[in-house]
Amino acid sequence: MINLTIDNRKVAVEEGSTILEAAKSVGINIPTLCYLKDINVIGACRICLVDVKGARTFIPSCVAPVSEGMVVNTHTPNLIKARKLVLELILSDHPMECLTCKRNGNCELQKLAEEFGLSEIRFEGAKTEYPIDDSSPALIRDPRKCILCRRCISVCTNIQSVQALTVENRGFNSLVAPAFNEKLANMECVQCGQCSLVCPTGAIVEQDDTDKVWAALADPKKHVVVQTAPATRVQIGETIGAEPGTIATGQMVAGLRSLGFDKVFDTDFSADLTILEEGNELLQRVTTGGVLPMITSCSPGWIKFIEHFYPDLLPHLSTCKSPQQMFGALAKTYYAQKEGIDPKDIYSVSIMPCTAKKYECQRPEMFSSGYQDVDVVLTTRELGRMFKQSGMSMTNLPEEEYDAPLGISTGAGELFGASGGVMEAALRTVYEVVTGKELEDINFTACRGITGVKEATVNVGDLPVSVAITNGLGNARKVLDKIRAGEAGYHFIEVMCCPGGCIGGGGSPIPTNLDVRLKRIDAVYTEDERMVLRKSHQNPAVQDLYAEFLEKPLGHKSHELLHTHYTERDHYPKEEC
Amino acid sequence: MKSLEELAKIKASRREALKIREGIPSATEKAHVMMCGGAGCISSNCKDVVEAMQASLAKNGIADQVQVILTGCMGPCDMGPVAIVYPDATFYRRLKPKDADAIVEEHIMKGNLVPRLLYRAPGAKEPTPKVTDMDLFAKQKKIVLRNNFYIDPTNIEDYIANDGYVALGKALTAMTPAEVVEEVKKAGIRGRGGAGFSTGMKWSFCAASKGTPKYVVCNGDEGDPGAFMDRSVLEGDPHSIIEGMAICGRAIGAEQGYVYVRAEYPLAIDRLSYAIDKAREYGLLGKNIFDTGFNFEIEIRIGAGAFVCGEETALLTSIEGKRGEPKPRPPFPANEGVWAKPTVLNNVETWANIAEIILKGADWYSSIGTAGSKGTKVFALAGRINNTGIVEVPMGTTLREIVYEIGGGIPRKKAFKAVQTGGPSGGCIPAEQLDTPIDFESLTALGAMMGSGGMIVMDEDTCMVDIAKFFMDFIVDESCGKCSPCRIGTKRMLEILERITTGKGKEGDIELLLELGNTIKSTALCGLGQTAPNPILSTIKYFRDEYESHIKENKCAAKVCEFVE
Repeated sequence: MINLTIDNRKVAVEEGSTILEAAKSVGINIPTLCYLKDINVIGACRICLVDVKGARTFIPSCVAPVSEGMVVNTHTPNLIKARKLVLELILSDHPMECLTCKRNGNCELQKLAEEFGLSEIRFEGAKTEYPIDDSSPALIRDPRKCILCRRCISVCTNIQSVQALTVENRGFNSLVAPAFNEKLANMECVQCGQCSLVCPTGAIVEQDDTDKVWAALADPKKHVVVQTAPATRVQIGETIGAEPGTIATGQMVAGLRSLGFDKVFDTDFSADLTILEEGNELLQRVTTGGVLPMITSCSPGWIKFIEHFYPDLLPHLSTCKSPQQMFGALAKTYYAQKEGIDPKDIYSVSIMPCTAKKYECQRPEMFSSGYQDVDVVLTTRELGRMFKQSGMSMTNLPEEEYDAPLGISTGAGELFGASGGVMEAALRTVYEVVTGKELEDINFTACRGITGVKEATVNVGDLPVSVAITNGLGNARKVLDKIRAGEAGYHFIEVMCCPGGCIGGGGSPIPTNLDVRLKRIDAVYTEDERMVLRKSHQNPAVQDLYAEFLEKPLGHKSHELLHTHYTERDHYPKEEC
Repeated sequence: MKSLEELAKIKASRREALKIREGIPSATEKAHVMMCGGAGCISSNCKDVVEAMQASLAKNGIADQVQVILTGCMGPCDMGPVAIVYPDATFYRRLKPKDADAIVEEHIMKGNLVPRLLYRAPGAKEPTPKVTDMDLFAKQKKIVLRNNFYIDPTNIEDYIANDGYVALGKALTAMTPAEVVEEVKKAGIRGRGGAGFSTGMKWSFCAASKGTPKYVVCNGDEGDPGAFMDRSVLEGDPHSIIEGMAICGRAIGAEQGYVYVRAEYPLAIDRLSYAIDKAREYGLLGKNIFDTGFNFEIEIRIGAGAFVCGEETALLTSIEGKRGEPKPRPPFPANEGVWAKPTVLNNVETWANIAEIILKGADWYSSIGTAGSKGTKVFALAGRINNTGIVEVPMGTTLREIVYEIGGGIPRKKAFKAVQTGGPSGGCIPAEQLDTPIDFESLTALGAMMGSGGMIVMDEDTCMVDIAKFFMDFIVDESCGKCSPCRIGTKRMLEILERITTGKGKEGDIELLLELGNTIKSTALCGLGQTAPNPILSTIKYFRDEYESHIKENKCAAKVCEFVE
């Protein structure tokens, strides 16, 4: 243990702790800006400076390790003055468009300015001027609002191992952007949106598609249906101030209906369907000597990642579309037929914790119904915005049920929201389908939790099925490298693009940090336990779907509507010669 | 190289051949013409002079009796191209190809000086023919530049002739690594890159550090405007760097060295890489050096032009092939340097001292200089001064001695106003401080800095606000942009200075500059940012009246600033 003094208080912390951590351990909060625990620890913004006795300059507490006998003061008058001036400088290069900014009211820079009590910016000079990049269907970058904290670079590089963003130029002209200031849409950016979760300001935000949805709702000719992703019900409460981990399924359904959606359906339904298709695909691969390990394909950021970085491993991907796109294809075929609605009049909206879904719904493979299967994707944040715009107090609404048939689901479908959920849902079904026996314990706890790479072996009859589960693309990379090296003896791998799975997706409410992720994960399992049916093959609506329309898993119609193919992609845009 | 005896043999035979450069006439050779081949003289076409000289020698049939050698920088750059003709050590300046015949036919063949090409001290009627009699050199003490007049930088045996690689042999065969570290510590040498940290301490931290492998790095990213000390060493005496680094490798247990040189120094890169090849050929780099089992290799890494890469953590990051940006310290490079391994990083000039310290001993070295700053310092003299160029003086020499005795004073009888030391990190020192003996402490106390050794002299026609603006403009260009105080703060300071120098200054601007400057000093991430306000703070300290007259009276006494109505 290291003993030091902070603000006249004796503190003992483990060797290697930073001053910031030591201060936190005794309840002293030092303001920070660029710092983001476990992700970005670079000491760049100079807001977290402290006064260390004997030091020549102020010391950045987020990176400075404690030492024996250190005497730290976190709020001398000179320090307060210095921090204020640093913040004043940062604000002097900021557009000050707070009232019209997507992050108004949820901006770390704004919050600091309020806490520091800045009353004036004394510097009138140049401001960073770079064009807005809205080339990507998922994300918008506005470099003018960027404070160069580099959290986005860190998360993209260190957590996702994508490295789509870097610092260009230097000094006052510094710019966070894709290499060579290329447009985001032309890069290997997987559109996961983790950058938008960590951005302290409004410099990277989701593309806002709420206007499209308002317009569709206002159009009497449109039959507007909506699907909600498993994770959204454990996130939406946060957009109106509820505690992380709040489950608001029934209120969200009621709210959506109140907004004017004709039918409120559930992606949990198509998640159940995915299990049947994907489970059968796995069995087929195992029994016919197909390519193994098979890897899940629900997560569109992950799909884009493997297409860019490991195209040689594409045959390992399940050919199943994601639940969103299975739903989309069925809404404009099966549902349209069943209800006698012309599919051209159906407007299909999905609510996702994900920015990459905005990209996925526009892929050319996703027009199986003859139309764009899913017309528009809103993130959880955007749905929260719609609720606010409507003036509706969602939490006060009485709970309502999803509509049949595409809103009927099981707990297994709900599990898709957390890392390991697809695997657990698949194991519940595959076990019972193969063995014909009922599972004694349907909780596969080895699949659960936020660990980056999880492994398990489950005996399905005589076959020990070896599985792996990864979340965060940096972890996916580790397993893919093992496959490339021929060292991965798995049958089935679940990959989720974002840390923690979809509950930590790039379209989630902000903040989304480790603590918040864990609470949302707990909520997913609580929601599973609340369900009467908890195995996908027991979903009656899915059973009807096969009986009335699809005939059988992996059948002709399934292949037409529910399965897809993938595209090899380059790392960098190819120059037109 | 298997033994000190083998080295001694090469030394003895080569020394014999070079006697003429010590002033001893030779039976077989008439002269050695040492033509300065520093970058300054090369740009004033010294190579054409060499060619003309060789043609003249051939024409006169004495080509085999005279050697014409391109050396490293000799120092007096404004007189270039310059040459010294041995054995009589006559100094000729401003040579043109057409002067070749005169030197060959008059001086070399007949023994007559060529008066029109001789040096005349400012104000003096008579020329000073002998290089050793020139004021410019008399007050200098050459340790770092010990070989620049004497050797052909492309001939390893020339270096060996002047005791080259003996220190390495000594360190490998007669000293333990700990003794080598102790000797450097005892010598009291402080890092010549600017901050002046004890070199011996740095080595001892790295030697004690647990990680392996360890690395030795040379900082040759000299970037201060007007500074070219390191270039002159790399170009003129590359083996002194190689030897110093190898000695350190032995002392700390490293087998790999990197020399980081900026791309703007192509000649330095050429000469150094040639020298590395030769050292390898002679077994002074590579495996089992001096048959002691010690292995050492050096690689050159070329910088891409960023000033901040002279900052140690940025330099090490750049060596790794990443964007050259500073990192917070700790961890210090001695524990986590290049590739996150223990690393000793010293500047070119520091490395050039090491072999001399090991060869002649810590006591000898520490007898030179002041109480807190030992040895010599190389300065690049520039600006409004008669003799511009490179000078090396013992620590403790006063500014007055450098400016008036070595530098020959201010041209055109103008009044001295200030001297700027330490480049963009340094400050301006006014006339009343001219008698300050120069060392690390005294310069810092004056609000300036030793820095790497740039020294720019200013006369009464210089506007101090304009000077501050010049340096701030440089910093704004070169800030890496990582930390907010430097990225935005220096830009704001420049904007205020631009305002003041165009007649738009406001009441309160000086106070705002002081507030910004002092805050940036205490909040910026790296040495670049922490020292960036110095040129402004020191000019406000000593020349505040100039700022005030700009702001209040729209008046620039030096008539440099143009006010827009």
